[in-house]
Amino acid sequence: MDYFLTEEQQMIKELAARIADEKVAPVARELDEKEEFPYEIMKILAESDLFGVYIPEEYGGLGGGITEQCLVIEELSRACAGVAVSYAASGLGCTPILLFGTEEQKQKYVPDIAAGKKLAAFALTEANAGSDVSGIQTMAVKDGDYYILNGTKQWITNGGEADVYVVLAVTNRSKGSRGFSAFIVEKDTPGLSFGKKEKKLGIRASATREVIFTDCRIPKENILGKEGMGFIVAMKNFDRTRPGIGAQAVGIAQGALDYAASYAHQRYQFGQPISSFQAIQHMLADMATQTEAARALVYATARMIDAGAKDFSKESSMAKVFASDVAMKVTTDAVQILGGYGYMRDYPVEKMMRDAKITQIYEGTNQIQRNIIALELIKQYASKK
Amino acid sequence: MMGIRIIEENCTGCAVCIRACPFNAVKMENDKAVILDNCTLCGSCADACKFDAIDFQAERGTGMGDLSSYRDVWVFAEQKGGIADSAVFELLGAGRRLADQLGEDLAAVLIGNKVRPVAQQLIAYGADKVYWVDHPDLEYFNDELYADNLSYLIQRYRPNIVLLAATVYGRSLGPRVAARIGTGLTADCTGLEIDVDTRNLMQTRPAFGGNLMATIVCPDHRPQMATVRPRVMRPLEPNSGRSGHILRQQAQLKQDLKTRVLQVVEEAGETLNLLEADIIVSGGRGLGDPKNFALVEELAKTLGGAVGASRAAVDAGWIPYSHQVGQTGKTVGPKIYFACGISGAVQHLAGMSSSDIIVAVNKDPDAPIFKVATYGIVGDVLEILPLITNEFKKALGK
Amino acid sequence: MNIIVCIKQVPATNDVKINKDTNTLVRDEAQSVINPFDTYAVEEGVRLKEATGGKITVISMGIPKVADILKECIAVGADDGILLSDRAFAGADTLATSAALAAGINKIGDYDIIICGKQAIDGDTGQVGPELAERLGIPHITCVRKIEEIKEDYIRAQRMTDFGYEVIECSLPAVITVVKEINEPRLPSIKGMMKAKKAVIPVWTADDVGADKDKIGLRGSPTKVIKTFTPEININTEIIDGAPEEQAHKLVEKLLQLQIKVPV
Repeated sequence: MDYFLTEEQQMIKELAARIADEKVAPVARELDEKEEFPYEIMKILAESDLFGVYIPEEYGGLGGGITEQCLVIEELSRACAGVAVSYAASGLGCTPILLFGTEEQKQKYVPDIAAGKKLAAFALTEANAGSDVSGIQTMAVKDGDYYILNGTKQWITNGGEADVYVVLAVTNRSKGSRGFSAFIVEKDTPGLSFGKKEKKLGIRASATREVIFTDCRIPKENILGKEGMGFIVAMKNFDRTRPGIGAQAVGIAQGALDYAASYAHQRYQFGQPISSFQAIQHMLADMATQTEAARALVYATARMIDAGAKDFSKESSMAKVFASDVAMKVTTDAVQILGGYGYMRDYPVEKMMRDAKITQIYEGTNQIQRNIIALELIKQYASKK
Repeated sequence: MMGIRIIEENCTGCAVCIRACPFNAVKMENDKAVILDNCTLCGSCADACKFDAIDFQAERGTGMGDLSSYRDVWVFAEQKGGIADSAVFELLGAGRRLADQLGEDLAAVLIGNKVRPVAQQLIAYGADKVYWVDHPDLEYFNDELYADNLSYLIQRYRPNIVLLAATVYGRSLGPRVAARIGTGLTADCTGLEIDVDTRNLMQTRPAFGGNLMATIVCPDHRPQMATVRPRVMRPLEPNSGRSGHILRQQAQLKQDLKTRVLQVVEEAGETLNLLEADIIVSGGRGLGDPKNFALVEELAKTLGGAVGASRAAVDAGWIPYSHQVGQTGKTVGPKIYFACGISGAVQHLAGMSSSDIIVAVNKDPDAPIFKVATYGIVGDVLEILPLITNEFKKALGK
Repeated sequence: MNIIVCIKQVPATNDVKINKDTNTLVRDEAQSVINPFDTYAVEEGVRLKEATGGKITVISMGIPKVADILKECIAVGADDGILLSDRAFAGADTLATSAALAAGINKIGDYDIIICGKQAIDGDTGQVGPELAERLGIPHITCVRKIEEIKEDYIRAQRMTDFGYEVIECSLPAVITVVKEINEPRLPSIKGMMKAKKAVIPVWTADDVGADKDKIGLRGSPTKVIKTFTPEININTEIIDGAPEEQAHKLVEKLLQLQIKVPV
């Protein structure tokens, strides 16, 4: 489908596709097997200016928006979702600084992130706080010109690899959701340490670690926004980054569809290519339709946000929930089309199926997304009365 | 003015010229041929046109005038440490044939330090004369000095033909000398013949990675220079009783040398990368036992090739994954691919079927590998592989 | 350091099809790309510039469309591109090509090093680099796999040989030709692509560069292609029969006839 991308968007998409095909695809299997962080590819993405596509030009970026970011994530995900999330998570860490950072904070951190010299990460999840953010236990206690952080963040994408962390911590337990604050923490801050790299079902190239704070002293100017704004920071951040998860899902689905379709054309059974069987044709037709529908929703949402819409949590959740469910379905069908081969690690589709699963889980499970959508719907219809 | 022009009133729009053009440089517009910018003035279209509708005046350069004073076939005798490159003897074999056809002498140009013994050897391999330049400064191949000396000799003695081996040195020295003399040089020839009518040297060479052969002449300039692919021409049997003249030449040296060779390093036994190897010998499960991979390695070593393997052999732990050829391994395209004890699963074929020549050895005559093989041997790989290796060793004198 | 890189446009694949009747190439609108070896030359130029500062000018001789490929070089870090394009350049062999390039480079004037790929994948001659050096009256080093040191008027480099490598030093300016071992070319950057999009590639004619018409194009080419043909390739499997010894002997005989170079 022609989405009438601008010339610059087309350029970004083509370059990301080229990196995916030439640099990522050849090593995707090895990175998955070895659970190895893709340092080389991060370097290539940095040299290509792709880390800055969504960042304003005054901070060293290319001045694009979420649409541009989604194009890159989608193309990379076609080849390896683990690589794509390592790229995308830096955006998840940078976006709160762009949204809530002071001019000084932006000048200090964003140019290096835009240039890919530094990776960023966003640290919210804890053992007892996932879907329910109020379960956060990491504390930030003010001590003169510093905040002292104590606690452990769990499953942090780019944990240990990122240089800049945006961390959510409790500053006032009694205020409930208004008691959280967000802080920028640099990697070399004393008292900051990392747990072991987690063993995951999919996206194994990406680094997922505990981020541990032990009397970690943060200068008070590193607070993002004001004290008590942490929950808002997290929600506004996710509103803008959920389409990126949708784009990741679209990319994974497209990769699986591409592989399954060409396999079906080459695989002979009963004396003919299996693509000549209607059973396979209908599966492929559905996969293609669903993938395109997901892409259309993701792009539409991204463009709506880029165009300056005020309220887009619902659309952003819809894009994420729909695309991730499509990715799960399409990759499962791709494995089915490949049959026994699909189940083997020698073929890339089983990895895509494993990778797809996380898109239904992270940055808010699809159940939480449906809650958000339903809540918005209820608000909308209630106000009509 | 040289050029090419369509004579529109003669053009019938038959499009024969479009088919004749090797460069897609002709198109039809309103039923008339039009020559495009990428025309290389090769003249194919004019030759093909039946209606004299293409005015082609390939006004070639005037050349060097009287060429009859250029005589003899020369071979540049590349040597290292007083040992001639084996390709030199091949060039002497080819040069001898050309010289005899032309009724001219075959001469070798020998440049080096204390290389007198090589001169005798060159005569034994067919040279009538050896132009011998000897000086301590010429110990190592140096583009600048060697080019000065070879150019000087060419300008002084005016040979008709100069052949160099298409080695790294030959392909560096040849063009520099050709440019200095202002004559043509044909690279990496695999065929050399004399045209009986014109007495020109017809130089045949592969282009487009060997997909096309081209025969090239240098009609109006002398000497006719060519670099020749090693291991293509046949050397003569050496005859130590042959006589010839060794003509010592003054070394051309200079004070302000711009180029110096600081260090010459030999890197032996470097394992060849599968992707770059011209020859790959691959083993599969048909070898029966990991230790039989030694047979594969031996043949690869003999041919200076790389060792590959099927997935089955890799999965069995007989050889590391880095050697795996196929869908989940490396895709290779060597000049010769030996599939030894490999049945030829589609996944394997996907990684090697673009090889120029495929040799399959397998005991199962119905093995799919025979469907893509150029040459097939049905038999016991453990018995036949060592025999092949020995035959090669004999033929290559190893 | 002023760096000049010479590039050539070649068909995207050398897997050309041959029309058996006419013995000519079938190029169904075959895509053209920068000669792969030249990408290493461009990358080495960019790395030199990053290390020493200066300017990279990429030059090519060819049809007007080659400007696109020069722009690709700008996208990966070159500063300027110059295209030598004129019917008078057409039909050039390597000697005439080197004359055209030399004329163009002399017009550019100030240069410290000229980098070329080892050879082009269509012609596979590798002759233009040394011929260019001779025409410019400067030294050359072919098959460079590593630049060990480079200063204002001096370069020390490793040249790959048939048996290993050698370390060569020479004065600058000089021509080097590079092998693919020298580096891994980068992909373009978005900023580079945008710069390339805006770039204007000057087109220089033979008159612009003051080329001697007797030295360029068909007129300046001593060599002439008189025939092209397709090598015979047997695609039908030939099963070699006989006793094992006989089979091995016959096979080796056939393979030796192919005259494939065996590294010593």
